[in-house]
Amino acid sequence: MIAIAIVRTKDLLAVVMLTGIYGLLSASFFVVLDAVDVAFTEAAVGAGISGLLMLAAITMTGRTEAPKRHKPLLALLVVFVTGGMLIYGTLDMPYFGSFEAPVHQHVAPRYINDSMQEVGVPNIVTSVLASYRAFDTLGEVAVIFTAGIGVLSLLSLPQRRRSYRLDESKKELMHEQHMVVRIVSKTLIPFILLFALYVQFHGDFGPGGGFQAGVIFAAAIILYAMLFGLDTAKRVFNQTLIQLIAAIGLLLYASVGVVSLFSGVNYLDYNVLADDPVAGQHLGILLIELGVGCTVAAVMIIIFFNFVGRREAQQDANEQNSTELNNSHELKSTELKSTELNNTKQNNREGE
Amino acid sequence: MNILLEIGSGICLLLGCFLCLSGGVGILRFPDFFTRMHAVGVTDTLGAGMILIGLMLQNPTGLVLLKLLMILLLTLFINPTASHALAKAALRNNLHMVLDESTDKGGDKPSKP
Amino acid sequence: MLTAATIAILVVMFLAIIRCIVGPTLYDRILAFNMFGTKTVLLISILGFLMGRPEFLDIALVYALINFISVIGVLRFSDSVEFKHQDQASTKESKQ
Repeated sequence: MIAIAIVRTKDLLAVVMLTGIYGLLSASFFVVLDAVDVAFTEAAVGAGISGLLMLAAITMTGRTEAPKRHKPLLALLVVFVTGGMLIYGTLDMPYFGSFEAPVHQHVAPRYINDSMQEVGVPNIVTSVLASYRAFDTLGEVAVIFTAGIGVLSLLSLPQRRRSYRLDESKKELMHEQHMVVRIVSKTLIPFILLFALYVQFHGDFGPGGGFQAGVIFAAAIILYAMLFGLDTAKRVFNQTLIQLIAAIGLLLYASVGVVSLFSGVNYLDYNVLADDPVAGQHLGILLIELGVGCTVAAVMIIIFFNFVGRREAQQDANEQNSTELNNSHELKSTELKSTELNNTKQNNREGE
Repeated sequence: MNILLEIGSGICLLLGCFLCLSGGVGILRFPDFFTRMHAVGVTDTLGAGMILIGLMLQNPTGLVLLKLLMILLLTLFINPTASHALAKAALRNNLHMVLDESTDKGGDKPSKP
Repeated sequence: MLTAATIAILVVMFLAIIRCIVGPTLYDRILAFNMFGTKTVLLISILGFLMGRPEFLDIALVYALINFISVIGVLRFSDSVEFKHQDQASTKESKQ
């Protein structure tokens, strides 16, 4: 139902809100299905960060959807056929939660039964993600890193000092306006960062891990950047440093694998990292989660900073173009306002 | 002692549910934005607090209690702040709306009850 | 008791979705979104108690934080968008 509303609505900001609600709702489904880690990721990524990034994109492009130029009948037909085939395919699938399902026969029993002895991490999802399927996770981190590089090369601006003369008055206005929010956020941000670290290092025992912690960390910094202006945030978090951190995270992940390769076992096999295999697994998972967290947080911050920086540059250009026009128009509008006010006053008096 | 806690948590949960439901009715039935915001902002904070206190009374031990306390504190911090920011932004926008009436965004006017 | 609370919160979430879809202005939608987020936090913590797995509270915490951040973000960006539109409108008018 929400998906239909998303497609039907023309106002893109409203679409973003509906997408956020969709994310929250699907995360609730995951919670009901007892998939805690997936719900965690969906909460942090689907409802939070993706909405923010979409917003940043919308402010650059404009608010309303472009009118359609062609009838989407063919696409509709294809969608219906594909959907019908998928539903027909699900008829063959085993019942939900059935014991004979192939998913539950293949590798899941080994993960569930042996992961305590082999990896020694209470949260099975973490052990599957970071130990059994470590190579897949490496690929995911590389994808995120590539996305960061792509945004950087497409949207980054040449380093230059802008003139702050024009912005000062607006900034003062903003400071006045967002007083309460700023103070509350200032007290909240340290707790958010602390909570991100808790999620990062508690991933072995409960829901959580590198991806989620990175996203929460980035969300805190994005909150700071939104409230205190991009320039202040850039002064606090140096951009080259963040790019370096993104690279270091991926490198840390890969080098853990290389170390185990040099020790004479398979790539990303942590048993040799310490004397005891279980301790080695612990160390490996910890290092890898740290790398994932670093990369995700840094890439999210890079993407956001670049989007907003590009937007501000655009706005500056617009303002310089339309300053003169605006000035004349403002004069006119103030005159209009005063006449309107006079009119309404007169009307009121007449009414009395 | 135990049954006292049960009864207390039950009362808190019931109150919270009632507040949440009234907020839900309010957001659907009130005529314009500011009244809707009033309904939601007030009942949301108090209702959430009541439900969380009720949950706290259910299991008053250890880490769970601490986390619930954290959520309660966060709710008490965040909800009024978000409402405040929302109201302020809407008010500023509305003032602009009143100034130039040529725009066709008529949704800001209170509809006829 | 807990089941009753869950049902009540689900009903309220449904009402909030309706307002979010119908809502005439943007701010109505943000309001409904905020309310939906709060209700999701409550729903998840109650579900954690119902299922006897209190580690769900972590997720509830994340939800509270993310909800706040996204509401603030929407407000900030919507401000700038409104300004931009008015600028464009004013330039158009002055050209005429």
